[in-house]
Amino acid sequence: MSSYTAHFKVWRGDADGGGLQDFQVEVNDGEVVLDIIHRLQATQASDLAVRWNCKAGKCGSCSAEVNGHPRLMCMTRMSVFRRDETVTVTPMRTFPVIRDLVTDVSFNYTKAREVPAFVPPKGVAAGEYRMAQQDVERSQEFRKCIECFLCQNTCHVVRDHEENKEAFAGPRFLMRIAELDMHPLDAAEETGLNRAASAQEDHGLGYCNITKCCTDVCPENIHITDNALIPLKERAVDRKYDPLVWLGSKIRRRGQ
Amino acid sequence: MTNVERHAYDVVVVGAGGAGLRAAIEARERGMRTAVICKSLFGKAHTVMAEGGIAASMGNANEHDNWQVHFRDTMRGGKFLNHWRMAELHAKEAPDRVWELETWGALFDRTADGRISQRNFGGHEYPRLAHVGDRTGLELIRTLQQKIVSLQQEDHAETGDYEARLKVFQECTVTRILKDRDRVAGVFGYVRESGRLFVIDAPAVVLATGGIGKSFKVTSNSWEYTGDGHALALLAGAPLINMEFIQFHPTGMVWPPSVKGILVTESVRGDGGVLRNSEGERFMFGYVPDVFKEKYAQSEEEADGWYTDPDTHRRPPELLPRDEVARAINSEVKAGRGTPHGGVFLDVSTRLSAEEIKRRLPSMHHQFKELADVDITAEAMEVGPTCHYMMGGVDVEPDTAAARGVPGLFAAGEVAGGMHGSNRLGGNSLSDLLVFGRRAGLFAAEYAAGLGPDSRASATAEQVDAAAAEVLRPFGAAEGAGTGSGGDGSGAAAENPYTLHQELQQVMNDLVGIIRRGPEMEQAMERLTGLRERSRQVGVEGHRQFNPGWHLAMDLRNMLLVSECVARAALERTESRGGHTRDDHPDMDRLWRKVNLVCELAAEPPAEDAGAPAVTLRRRPMDPIRPDLLALFERDELLKYLTDEELDA
Amino acid sequence: MATGTTPTTPVTEASGGRAHGRAAIAARHLRTDRWWVPPLVTALGLGAFIAYATWRAFANSDYYAAPYVSPFYSPCLASNCTSMKGGADWPLFGDWWGLSPALLVLVFPLGFRLTCYYYRKAYYRGIWWSPPACAVAEPHAKYTGETRFPLILQNVHRYFFYLALIVAGILTYDAVLGFRDPSGDWGHMGLGTVVLLVNIALIWAYTVSCHSCRHVIGGKLRHFSKHPVRYRLWNRVGALTARHMLLAWSSLISVGVADLYVYLVASGAFDDPRFF
Repeated sequence: MSSYTAHFKVWRGDADGGGLQDFQVEVNDGEVVLDIIHRLQATQASDLAVRWNCKAGKCGSCSAEVNGHPRLMCMTRMSVFRRDETVTVTPMRTFPVIRDLVTDVSFNYTKAREVPAFVPPKGVAAGEYRMAQQDVERSQEFRKCIECFLCQNTCHVVRDHEENKEAFAGPRFLMRIAELDMHPLDAAEETGLNRAASAQEDHGLGYCNITKCCTDVCPENIHITDNALIPLKERAVDRKYDPLVWLGSKIRRRGQ
Repeated sequence: MTNVERHAYDVVVVGAGGAGLRAAIEARERGMRTAVICKSLFGKAHTVMAEGGIAASMGNANEHDNWQVHFRDTMRGGKFLNHWRMAELHAKEAPDRVWELETWGALFDRTADGRISQRNFGGHEYPRLAHVGDRTGLELIRTLQQKIVSLQQEDHAETGDYEARLKVFQECTVTRILKDRDRVAGVFGYVRESGRLFVIDAPAVVLATGGIGKSFKVTSNSWEYTGDGHALALLAGAPLINMEFIQFHPTGMVWPPSVKGILVTESVRGDGGVLRNSEGERFMFGYVPDVFKEKYAQSEEEADGWYTDPDTHRRPPELLPRDEVARAINSEVKAGRGTPHGGVFLDVSTRLSAEEIKRRLPSMHHQFKELADVDITAEAMEVGPTCHYMMGGVDVEPDTAAARGVPGLFAAGEVAGGMHGSNRLGGNSLSDLLVFGRRAGLFAAEYAAGLGPDSRASATAEQVDAAAAEVLRPFGAAEGAGTGSGGDGSGAAAENPYTLHQELQQVMNDLVGIIRRGPEMEQAMERLTGLRERSRQVGVEGHRQFNPGWHLAMDLRNMLLVSECVARAALERTESRGGHTRDDHPDMDRLWRKVNLVCELAAEPPAEDAGAPAVTLRRRPMDPIRPDLLALFERDELLKYLTDEELDA
Repeated sequence: MATGTTPTTPVTEASGGRAHGRAAIAARHLRTDRWWVPPLVTALGLGAFIAYATWRAFANSDYYAAPYVSPFYSPCLASNCTSMKGGADWPLFGDWWGLSPALLVLVFPLGFRLTCYYYRKAYYRGIWWSPPACAVAEPHAKYTGETRFPLILQNVHRYFFYLALIVAGILTYDAVLGFRDPSGDWGHMGLGTVVLLVNIALIWAYTVSCHSCRHVIGGKLRHFSKHPVRYRLWNRVGALTARHMLLAWSSLISVGVADLYVYLVASGAFDDPRFF
């Protein structure tokens, strides 16, 4: 076991202001950034606020930015840094800060509520659901999401433009729409809801310019852009920009 | 009276894991205005860590499976200390609870004919675990979370308010159950992010707070698992049972040190992983106990055959119940046959292709790659036991999940005791959450509805003041340190909560851990008393806004209280059974099977006499098992567990 | 109280130049790696190709050296095209078109690539800096993405994909014509044939790996289990789609190289080595 002293800069403060604070802290073999933050809490700053739970990359609580990269602190190993490198840890930028590394992620819960829930198929009793493995796999990939909100944080649509928060659900919740749209038994269509069209009309799919930062930062390696957002855009095209469909609806409207 | 926010609900659920959310859904669907309170963000509960699956005898993978077989497996796993009625309800209702999840949008892995796929697990006779890769807990939490959102959307459509009938108060900690005479009147707590205090008046409270693992040094549990519900129940006057039984999961990561204890799912063994010591020997064959001799393979050849042909081969001993495997690993390491980092080898790469491993165990692959630089498709993992699950908990009525002795208090999930006896089978936890979460929600709703508005009372101002003073004391201790003027400050320097916590973890790990000895536990009792005394001087710096030091100081009270129950009960039970192994009493004793150890708050809290116990212990005979359930077993097998008189009665 | 949906911090312009209660961090980014390298390389690469392609498209010369035709000039649809033996020179546009015939057809591959999901990422990042790199602030005050004109037109990608299929078909035909000798006899092959073959292979791979193609082939289906053939195709296309960026660049380079090769041969700067 070898240990060394690392130079950390940690953002401390709250909504009224704050700044980077310097720390010299011990680092041991095999440790991750979250271990170091915990060591700071236990030895140098007992009130350093940080959100965390499982410490195994499964709950998505300890999201922050390490050297400017949105990351889970529990999955960022210290061995990726040089020993003389300063490690800077800041809270996620896109959300209001509460204290130190803890941000107010209520934006995401608000958006979650705006996505209409799964609609169970009529006439299929519990226990009678039959789905083929290949039909559930696409949605299963999206259900790996641990809701760390790093994609929401890194997406420039809201990161750089607060005013877009109103209209844009963000990658995580557009992916949720894709998940439901690809669910083999979702019966939203029967209730008159076209999820793909609604993604474009109500949830801001058009704001996405597929620059793939959501995919880049996803700790679960979900192909958010390729497998959820682009297919959703294509499905919206089916519905809204297919000339034949468009012509058909024009004619039908004329006929009425 | 102290300045607190005040809310009123019909049912308050403390905890937003599988049991809590299922309870909240049920209470809301029964028309009750329901509040859920959780320490973390909504959807982060420890349930997400459950990997393997949900045990339910749907019979999709093997048509011979049914509730009776599941019941038998559960009783065997718990060494017949389970409350048989809970085990019966659990086995009967689990399939419906799983199927119901599908109607809420859950997507389990499928069989070839489109039904829910089921996998093998330790102690389960047939493939029984509904699963989604190795992230079943996440699927469960997300499904319940999304069901709650869907109910909120219904309320929004109807009333214009998402939170009209169901509200989640996240990042809040409950520190006291408030009472009106003997009945529940609500809860008291604080908002973690702001430090503000609150009271929710409610006639029914469901505890669903999970376990106590954070009292141990090596654990698979998250920071939330500080025994809150156990302590809240105790403090409210409800007894706990079976507190000596703690499951050490056989396979936790052992390296690197910072992740020591993190779980390696049992599915690794269910899907063909084998355990070897440093000499390359598949040692589990030497550890099959007599009670299981007929059910497990005697040779490697036979064990290997089971994976492809389970009908004519017996199961490999790697799939023994968890307590057996954990003890075996412990013995191997103690005998000097451990790996460089003090574990044993778990290898799945020799049985499955790299592709198959990535498909069936994606998060294990990811976890080892990211955290330990180990590629499990090519090399063996190093694993060792880790504190995983608390079998003991609130003493509840089996059918209603109501806590005995405190009307209006309910408990479900890990915080409730009895269901799993002395040892829980893998996969039975998630089904437990759903079955008894629903029951707790249902009967809490019935209880609250039955009271009517007139018979509801709210807690007195004195109670609220006392609760507030307790919560704010650590700040006083910091200021008063050295002056002798603040709180209980007696002139001693303020104690650091982190230091106390570390010492507590060390004590529990070393002295009340996986293998226990009488003198060590007596020593542990002494150390715990000392820690409790020092915990009165805990002081914290800074202010109340999201202050983790303060939060830990609050949780310490609970951990110390619960640890004392654990140590006392473990010292009392002079036998080895399931999650309780006594080096000085290595055998299972049929007389002890009839006994539950009940832990209660001492009548006089030891304010002055610091040496006095905070909790007391008494023995209580178990209810005799219903004859028709006994009839599900062969008499020969029952004789290993039950006394002759019990069988002849 | 925290309910997860009510903001706990006032959503007002706070002091210190920060907005909306976000952490007060003045720097545009805190990345310590060379994040500017990928957008720079992208911008240089795209810029170089555009400069070259513009020169060649307007040049209107040296695009045919029997039996090879530059992919920039095929199909050649105006009367002012050099005549190509058996080639795709169909004067559909007649003689009113006086400009380079390349301009008539380049619109299609240009439109296909301009609306391609990969190239969009590349130029939004590399040229428009929206954003320049992940977690690096973009310099624009407003952003509406692809919600309104003109960028909403990106949604026509699928139709360019259909047109790109036709173009790829014609370029395949051109590559086959490469198996003749300069006088039109079949059964011969030169270095140019190889260049055209490699190019058309990459063009096809790029075209088929298109996200719209993946959607049309199978992505739009709800139940793969009911369409086993399309499911298998969807999987194959998906494997290519994962390499869309690689194919986008390699096919872009191969098109440029194919044109350059024809130019060198046609202008007499280089003699096409014949194998047989």
